[in-house]
Amino acid sequence: MTTRDLFEETYNAVTVNKVRSGLTMLGIVIGIASVIALVAVGQGSQSSIQSSVESLGANLIMVTPGVQRTFGSNVRGAAGTSETLTPDDAAAIGSSVDNVAAVAQEVSGRYQVIYKSNNSNTSVMGTNAAYEEVRNVSMDTGSFVTDTDVANSNRIAVIGPTVLQNLFAPSSDASATPEMAIGNTIKIKGIQFTVVGVTASKGTSGFSNQDDVIYVPLSVAQHYLLGSTKYLTEVDVEASIQDSMTQVQEDITNLLLERHNITDTTKQDFTVTNQASIVSTASSVTDTFTTLLAAIAAISLVVGGIGIMNMMLTTVTERTREIGLRKAIGAKKRDITLQFLAESVMLTFTGGFIGIVVGWLAALAISFFAGIATSISIPYILLAFFVSAAIGIMFGYYPARRAAGLNPIEALRYE
Amino acid sequence: MKNIIECKNIKKAYGEGVAEVVVLKGITFSIQEGEFVAIMGPSGSGKSTLMHILGALDTPTSGEYFLDGKDVSKLSDEELADIRREKIGFVFQAFNLLPRTSVLRNVTLPLIYANMPKDEREVIAKKALTDAAFPEAFWSYHSNQISGGMMQRVAIARSLVNDPALVLADEPTGNLDSKTGEIVLHTFQSLNMQHGKTIVLITHEPYVAEHADRIIHILDGNIVTDEKNKHKRLARNEKDIPHDHT
Repeated sequence: MTTRDLFEETYNAVTVNKVRSGLTMLGIVIGIASVIALVAVGQGSQSSIQSSVESLGANLIMVTPGVQRTFGSNVRGAAGTSETLTPDDAAAIGSSVDNVAAVAQEVSGRYQVIYKSNNSNTSVMGTNAAYEEVRNVSMDTGSFVTDTDVANSNRIAVIGPTVLQNLFAPSSDASATPEMAIGNTIKIKGIQFTVVGVTASKGTSGFSNQDDVIYVPLSVAQHYLLGSTKYLTEVDVEASIQDSMTQVQEDITNLLLERHNITDTTKQDFTVTNQASIVSTASSVTDTFTTLLAAIAAISLVVGGIGIMNMMLTTVTERTREIGLRKAIGAKKRDITLQFLAESVMLTFTGGFIGIVVGWLAALAISFFAGIATSISIPYILLAFFVSAAIGIMFGYYPARRAAGLNPIEALRYE
Repeated sequence: MKNIIECKNIKKAYGEGVAEVVVLKGITFSIQEGEFVAIMGPSGSGKSTLMHILGALDTPTSGEYFLDGKDVSKLSDEELADIRREKIGFVFQAFNLLPRTSVLRNVTLPLIYANMPKDEREVIAKKALTDAAFPEAFWSYHSNQISGGMMQRVAIARSLVNDPALVLADEPTGNLDSKTGEIVLHTFQSLNMQHGKTIVLITHEPYVAEHADRIIHILDGNIVTDEKNKHKRLARNEKDIPHDHT
């Protein structure tokens, strides 16, 4: 039997019972489509987290007080709960560690922010001019906090785009422009600040919105908001070159251990993390997430495969006489096996192809309607294709062998 | 004339020991090329078992069976499939056509397993359909859209496409009324007389057997009589049978 004849025989057999073939294929379509769509969601969230972590800043090393902080967790005591990192530590890092390009000092807290009748509970960050470079902040309009602002304790504020919309939007269906905010006065914790700049959007980082933030001069935040100048909530260090990241990180650790008089590293009262470790932590989380989604989808694929097997077994029983006839006119075991195997592979392959298209459309619909980032990867599509063919062979093999093993005399007599 | 079939002391038994049932108890006969032979016997006589052995669907427990000069009594299942594909054409009582498949495609089916190119297959199939007196107007019809008599002629055409040494018909008129049965018998007779086909017809009906040149009677696994049919009936062609509008 030539390949072309095999294909024709198979096509005839599959199309003879269109409804049944269609329903059986539906199982595979659903299975493959859910694998494609769910893996796209998983991978989409992974790449969006990665890109937003990378948007935090180049060659970034973060020093935070207290014990290891896992990325994505905002369960971090309010400023002052871990009072171990001081402005002097930050100054020492800047002066005595090699290959440091800039050091940004930060204090932060959440406060009620009011403009006219609008108010919002927002993260307020006191920092210095270096923050703009270290954290890759780009300005939409106006300027960032300057060192002069810090020195003179100017009560100025730079607001993120989310804050802009929350406070300055003229109505719920109209959006605010940066010009509406510049020069106006907002109240943070009852204290007046003049808006001097609006940052460009950075998007969300993991689980926090980097656009819902107000930057004020470090000294102002310490005096007016925290009421303390002693401690910092974070120090961000930018290494001058990528290759010096490890050295800078080690030097900072050693310097701070020495400054804090700590000899036992397990009692370390600060944490030094770099961007790469955040990315890898985030990746391991999203990897687990993707695997979980793929596993759930794989279950439906197996159920679809069992549907194929069920249909093929029914088909073999129904077509016992046909199998008997084919054997009587000279078909060998191999011909019969191939024919039934080809039928199940054709069903799963077609189902797989439709499933890929449906899954792709579903992924597009998810990102369009739900706003969740999705990413379709070609390797997964190829994988899904081969998995569907493999399911056809696996679940079709037993029915096909059963057909091929029939005794022609008994098969011809079968009623 | 050479022998197409040569059976030497063929025995067939099922089961073992005390449960052993001997169905064929030593059958010896031969059929020459171009003969039209009817094998007759009541049900349980062993004629079906003999037909399975003659058709290379089964092998005898002992004895020798030469088909077209080749000993096929000790071949494996896969080798038997080759023999069936090359040397035998089957016509069954229940037609066994593929449903929802065109007449032409049904007839070409055996050639698919012989790896013959498609256009070549169709030429042969069309000739076989013509030889089996199947009207050309219905070639593209599906096999379930035509009458029983037509279906059996499709099956006869199918049995001819591999140019078999032997056409084996198992109760070919069993599912047909007497009139269409006669048309089918006419088809066999003209294949035998005009195209020289060797035909073995298995039946339990004396009337059907009387259309052959020679009748072999089987009873309880033995040949009872094997003689030339002195009163051969000639079946009438379709157009010679008067139409009755009932």
